[in-house]
Formats: sequence, C-alpha cells, structure tokens
Amino acid sequence: MTEENINIDEMLQQNRDADLLRFTTAGSVDDGKSTLIGRLLNDCKCIYEDHLEALERDSQKLNRKLDFALLTDGLKAEREQGITIDVAYRYFSTPKRRFVIADTPGHEQYTRNMATGASTANLAVILIDARHGVLTQSKRHSFISSLLGIPHFVVAINKMDLVDYSEEVFDDIRKDFESFSAKLDVKDLIYIPISALCGDNVVNRSDKMPWYDGTTLLRHLETVHVSSDRNLIDFRFPVQYVSRPNLDFRGFCGSVASGVVRVGDEVMALPSGKKSKVKEIVTFDGPLEQAYPPQSITVCLEDEIDLSRGDMLVHPLNLPKLERSVEVMLVWMSDVPLKINSPYLIKNTTNTVRGSITDLKYSVDPADLHRVKADTLELNQIGRANIELFRPLICDEYTRNRTTGGLIIIDPMSNATVAAGMIIHRTEGKESIRGQEKDAPTSRNITHVNSLVDSKLREKVLGHKAATIWLTGLSGSGKSTVGLALEHRLVQEGHACLLLDGDNVRSGLNRDLGFSADDRTENIRRVAEVANLMNDAGIIAIASFISPYRSDRQNAREIIGSDRFIETYINTPLDVCEERDSKGLYVKARAGEIASFTGVTAPYEEPEEPVLKIPTHELSVDDAVDRIIVELKAERIIS
Amino acid sequence: MINQALMEEYQSTNLEILEAESIHIMREVFAEFEKPVMLYSVGKDSAVMVRLAQKAFYPGKIPFPLLHVDTGFKFPEMYEFRDNFCKEIGAELIVHKNEEAMAQNANPWDWGTVKCCSQLKTKGLLDSLANGGYDAAFGGARRDEEKSRAKERIYSFRDDRGQWDPKSQRPELWNLYNSKINKGETIRVFPLSNWTELDVWHYIHLENIPIVPMYFASEREVIVRGEQLIPVEEKTRLQDGEKTERVMCRFRTLGCFPCTGAIRSEAVTLPEIIQEMMVARKSERITRIIDHDQEGSMEEKKKEGYF
Repeated sequence: MTEENINIDEMLQQNRDADLLRFTTAGSVDDGKSTLIGRLLNDCKCIYEDHLEALERDSQKLNRKLDFALLTDGLKAEREQGITIDVAYRYFSTPKRRFVIADTPGHEQYTRNMATGASTANLAVILIDARHGVLTQSKRHSFISSLLGIPHFVVAINKMDLVDYSEEVFDDIRKDFESFSAKLDVKDLIYIPISALCGDNVVNRSDKMPWYDGTTLLRHLETVHVSSDRNLIDFRFPVQYVSRPNLDFRGFCGSVASGVVRVGDEVMALPSGKKSKVKEIVTFDGPLEQAYPPQSITVCLEDEIDLSRGDMLVHPLNLPKLERSVEVMLVWMSDVPLKINSPYLIKNTTNTVRGSITDLKYSVDPADLHRVKADTLELNQIGRANIELFRPLICDEYTRNRTTGGLIIIDPMSNATVAAGMIIHRTEGKESIRGQEKDAPTSRNITHVNSLVDSKLREKVLGHKAATIWLTGLSGSGKSTVGLALEHRLVQEGHACLLLDGDNVRSGLNRDLGFSADDRTENIRRVAEVANLMNDAGIIAIASFISPYRSDRQNAREIIGSDRFIETYINTPLDVCEERDSKGLYVKARAGEIASFTGVTAPYEEPEEPVLKIPTHELSVDDAVDRIIVELKAERIIS
Repeated sequence: MINQALMEEYQSTNLEILEAESIHIMREVFAEFEKPVMLYSVGKDSAVMVRLAQKAFYPGKIPFPLLHVDTGFKFPEMYEFRDNFCKEIGAELIVHKNEEAMAQNANPWDWGTVKCCSQLKTKGLLDSLANGGYDAAFGGARRDEEKSRAKERIYSFRDDRGQWDPKSQRPELWNLYNSKINKGETIRVFPLSNWTELDVWHYIHLENIPIVPMYFASEREVIVRGEQLIPVEEKTRLQDGEKTERVMCRFRTLGCFPCTGAIRSEAVTLPEIIQEMMVARKSERITRIIDHDQEGSMEEKKKEGYF
C-alpha cells in the first residue's frame, strides 16, 4: 500500500464499517506470546517507526535482541524483570476489522489479571510451545477463558520452526489438548501451527507446512463470526440513572445489555413488577425506533412508574431471575482470603447490594479441573460458592448473559475488588437432582403464559385435531417400523405429523441420559413434554419408545393430557422380538454386555388398558397402520 | 431463533461501540460519585470527551464542570478557542493555575521539563482537584498513546496524594467499575481508553466537532531543531545560531508551546488529516518532548499524579 493509491473515502468507509474483535493472549515470555503480538502488529504495519526505534534502543539497553515483549510490557518493573505483570491493551486494525488485544500474564500469580482480560473478550488465543506441548499454564488460561465465557478459542501451536514443521508434533499436541478441552465449555475451537518468530501462518501463509490446509491466524481473527454471540433475545435494560432535566422530561438512561426494544413495546420494571409501554427512545442524534446491545440510550415510558438506578426494564414475557441467593463460580482476586459470612458488597449491572458468602462448595484446580474441598479461597483461586443478598439481584445465568450474569465483590472495609463471580444455575453439575423436583419448576419466578390462539383455531387451519400416539413395547417389537409407516401415511394424507423415535431423541435432546431407572424416567418426561408442545402446535405426534414403566407412561399421559394421549401397545411377544433381534441387542444382553435391557434384565410393565393393541407378529405393517388410522377417525382426530 | 439478516441489522460499527462504551462510563460516574469534574485540555481528545458528555446527558446539560489546568504556556489560539467553545455549549469552565510556581517564573528552559511539568501540571492538577473537592476526574487519555497508559484501568484509583500504583491496580471486569473510595482518594476516569488516535479523528469528522484550528496545516513561524519543528511564540527562546523559518505544518497534539512540536503537513481538511494519519509511520506523541525526558517518563509522572 503506498501513499498515492489510497482512496480516503474508501478508507473512511472501511474504518467506519469495520467491526470490533476483542481477544486475549496469555502465556509467559517463553511461549513466544510477545513475539506473536509483535509479529501481528509488525506484519499489519501497526507499529510506529518511533516505537520501533525505542524498542531497538530498549532491547540494546537490556542486552537483548529485538524484543517485542518490551512493546507490551509497559511498566518499568515488567521490563526489568522480563515478565508481564498486568493486562496491557493493544490496538490494531486491518481493512476488515478492528482488534483489541488484552495481553495477559500467564503465570499462576496473575490469574486475576487473566480473568480481567478475558471478561470482555470474544476470542482467546492459547499459545503452546511446540517443543513443550500442553503445559499447566495453557490449561489454566483455557479454563479461565471458558469460565469467563469466551466463545471462540484458537490454539496456536508456536515455534513449529524448532520442531521441523512436523505434522506429527502438531497432531500429538492437538490430541493432548482435545482430551483436556473436552471438559471445558467451548463453542468453537481451532488449531493453527505457527512460527511467530519466522512469521509462518501468522499473517502470511507458510509454505513449510503443506500438510496444513487451514487458515492463517490473522485470517481467522478477521473472519470468525462473533455477532451471533450476542444475546438478542432477552431484553435487559439496567437503569443507570433517571434523567430529569426539566419538569416535562423523565427518561431512564442506560445501555441495552441484551435483547432488542422497540417504541410501543410493553415493558416491566423490576423489582416492582409495574408495567408500562415505551413511549420514546431518546438520543442526542434523534429518536430511535428500536435499540439493541450495546447501545447507550434514554427510554421514556407512557406511565409514571417507580424506577431508579439498580432497577431493570425487561419484556414482561421474558423475565430474568430475581434472587436473594445466587450460586456463583468465583475467581478470588485479593491477598486477603475469602471470609465466610463476612459482609461484602456485590455489584451486578448497575445494582450494588450488601451480602455475604455463606457456603463454599469446593475449589477447582485449573490445571486438571479437579474439585477440592475448601474452607476459603485465596488469591487467584477459583471456587463455587453461594451468596446470600440483603436485597434481590436481577440477574441471569452467566452462560446465557455475560452482562446480567457477571458480578464483582467489593470489600467494604478496604474498598478493594476482591472477586469476580459468574452466576450459575443452581442445579448445574449437581448429582441426582433429577426426579426430586419433577413436579415443580426449579425457579420460583415462572409465570405461565396463555396463548391467544385456541386449539379450535389451529384445528381449523390444519384440518385435524392434535394427539399423541404413544407406541410402547419391547425392543424389536416393531414400534419404529409401525411408527415410520404411520407417519408416512398421515403426512401423505395431508396431516401435520412427526415421529419421535427413541434412538433419535437419545442422540440429541436426551444425549446426557443413560438407561438407569432414573434416566429412563427423565427420558420419557422430556419426550412427553416435546409431544405436548407439538400437540399444542396442532401437530400429531407419534412417540415410539419402549417406555417400560407404567408410572412413566402415566406421567406422560398427565403431561400431554389424557384426551389426546392414545396409548398403543405393540404387544409382540418377547420370543418373537428376540428372534428378530434387528439391532443385535438381545444377543448382547444375554451375553451380559448390556446391563439393563428391557425383557431380559429389566422389567417391562404391560399397559393395563391400552387404547389399541398391535400384534406385529400377526399383522402386516399396512394392516397395523390401518388399525391405528381407524382408531384416529373413530376418535375424530382426523376425518 | 434470530436469523442472519436480523443479526446484521443489529450490528454496530466500531465507532458506535466505542461511543456507547464511553457514554456508559460517563453515566456510571455521574450516578455513583458525589462531585465529578471533567478535565479539559482544549485538545482534540477533550473535544471528543465534551461531545460524548453532551450525548450521555442529553436532553440535559453536562452535569459537571470542565476543569482546565492552565500552565500559562498554552498557545493563544487555544485560549481563544476554549473561551468561545465553552460559552457556546453553555458548559461551566473552571480554570486553575499554580499561581505560586508561576510567580516564581516556572518555565521549562530554566527549570527543565521534568520540574516544570511537575509544578505547573501535576501540582496544579492535584491542588485543583483537592480545592474543588472532586472525587472523580474524567481524562481523555487513550491506551494507545503510550505504553504505561496501555496498562491503565478505565477507573484509575489514586490515593489521597493523587498517586498511581501500577503494581496493585483494581481488577476491572466486564463493565462493572468499582467506585468505592475513602475521603481524599480519587478516581481518574478514562472513557476514551479503547479509542485510537484514528478513531478520535474519524469521530471528529463524522460528528463535525469543532477543534482548535492549529490542528490544520498552515504556514507557521518555526525553529527546525533536529526532526522537531518548534513553533515560535512570544516567549520562545532561540538557541545559539538558530533562525526561525516559515514552514507549512500542523499539530498532531496540542500541549504547552515550549514542549510541543509541529509536523510538516499540507493537510487542511479533516479527511486530509485522517489520510495523513492512516499512513503515518510515527506516533503522535513523538512531538511531545516530555514523554522522552527520562526512562519510563510517563509512568513516573503518572505515579506522582500526572495524567
């Protein structure tokens, strides 16, 4: 790019349209982190000449080769000791994007700084020295990055030049990291072999690693899709202050934390629960029709309702939690250890509340993610705790909302920020919680919403009623075969219909469930809820599940409603099913390879009064389908 | 599920994101502190800060005063601009000078830049904050300006003597700023932390923000001293054998005239300035003599209480 051929309008347009990516890098000097940043800045032509000259001077003074670390290590103490103490922010841009690098120290004693840098990042670059493989430090960085909710990870395997650009080394490290990262909550993870020193695959593609056909680091940073990481669904507007410049104006100032709000929207003020409508969205640059994150706006309402700093505006059908007690993952950031039951200040959005930490469940070792019983948290330790609050927080889970789900803890005596907390779901990660609470939703703040569309209207639109045909029976009894044929017939005849099949559901919705009695119960409960939703939408559901327990089927009947629950028993005898053994499971079960197999090592409780019995050993598939169709017509589900 | 088209509809540009963040910060400070003040240096960053404050509190007025710590060594154009501008937007302007040091004829030629800065700027600033009883002071510093500033928090805690301790800064996560301080302690707040020089210029251009005309190129009387162009003002002292000459130049930053150099430039419009910026190979603070007067000079000044 030369001075002559720059079109200023184009450049301004580019700079104006460019979006922003914030990313973190962590590691010690030895990982080559500073070299990498220097390389990115240098190859993007983002280091000023006088800075480069100063760098040369400083490097010479310290008797080092040109040391890019001196660019980011801005403090005297850091330069003298050759370490990074605190987060440094660096800025660079390409025609596609603006970048903010939060360059964070990787050592254990700087975990808090790493968390600080990670809190606002969209992406984490995890640097690994190809010669040393996955070290504790990389694991710590990865764990903290995932804890702080960074959705995108790049594992940059550096110093490939020192391992002869070996594919095998790259693959080994990759496998090693994969086995660790499987335990983390990471949405998007890619691996790039680089040499920051030589510039391979950083900005420019390397010709030394023909085996690698992926992208360069910069190209990935420029193109990784981050706009969909934002929560545009749950409208949350924490009020910063109330603007009353004159008697005629009363506006609520704040930033949209998530979701979208439009003029005319019905909104609810929390914690009061009072409702009003958005009259106007005011800005210096004129009124807006709608606003979205991270816009800073002023909202005027139709009615005079009680609303002040610390309160929140939301949509009444999409409520956050209002909690006097929250469970959090804490990163402790103070030299003074956590004191159980001591008073602290908790700041969440614009709301600062007194509270105390009442219970510390465990601490986590970031290196291996082991949970350790703990009585306190010391500087840089991470743990799970319960916080009791004097006034309720208006919050969401952190994984759902990074703005309303994050909090800081302040020591009221020293005024220091002593910890950062991420709100988690109370039941998350707890064992044997299922079943205990099956009758009541976990949150007390759920309000049932009634649709404006009644079932009659849906029936009119779709031309039939909704029902769930619940096919129960042994493995191999022919449930799936009948179910598939029935679905096909119904759809051919112009009905809205979907088959829910056991194996399919278990590979998606219920993939976390096994075959213990508890898990089978939960499996059926979820399926029943889905069938119920489908019926509510007017769709005929066919549920094909062994569902061996009477109590579970009874539960499903209650969820779906007995008037639309058509229990159909595929009563093919066990010996026929075993003879068929279409999936080879009976053989395995008899050989003792399957622990809990219905009909062999686990019970099947026959339905007492099924609507239909379908003996598939006596009927053809078409006949079986005919019988069900006749029943549906008799029940006036279809005509 | 929100689809792609909607995602793009709700997409903000880089400058919009920066603007929203700065407004959020200003509103937080106004809501949480008893007596904030905005430091106003008459320069381009201050101009952007004032515009952001107007936006943050619209339709109200800026609810805190602007404080100019005046060394007496600013360019005449700057004083003229300052007074007109503040009157025009109806802002309350407070001008503070370290009268004692001025009475002793503090100046960089006899005192050296380190001592002169320490008295006229740092002490001037600390005294004016203490006298006014301000608990939070907005500054227009950016992290891209200088390497120790790259380490600075958005809320920068200062002890009761105005000192910065870079080794034990408060962690700052998300947009949750800790505003708790004891009496006598203060917070310096930097709403432009994440802006770059280019962002500032681009914003001035898009928003039509008035700035001191010295930022635009014109023919000026200067002394060519090495690579620096030293502007000639009434009190400027010539070294032996030096002559003044007329050079087409402009200022990338504005400070005290003895310590601020100009750069050769033909840029007379904002797009031309931005174009010059985008191909600039030298940082803006190269023309600030005080940044280079000792190793880690900015860090040392900041520890004492300087901005």
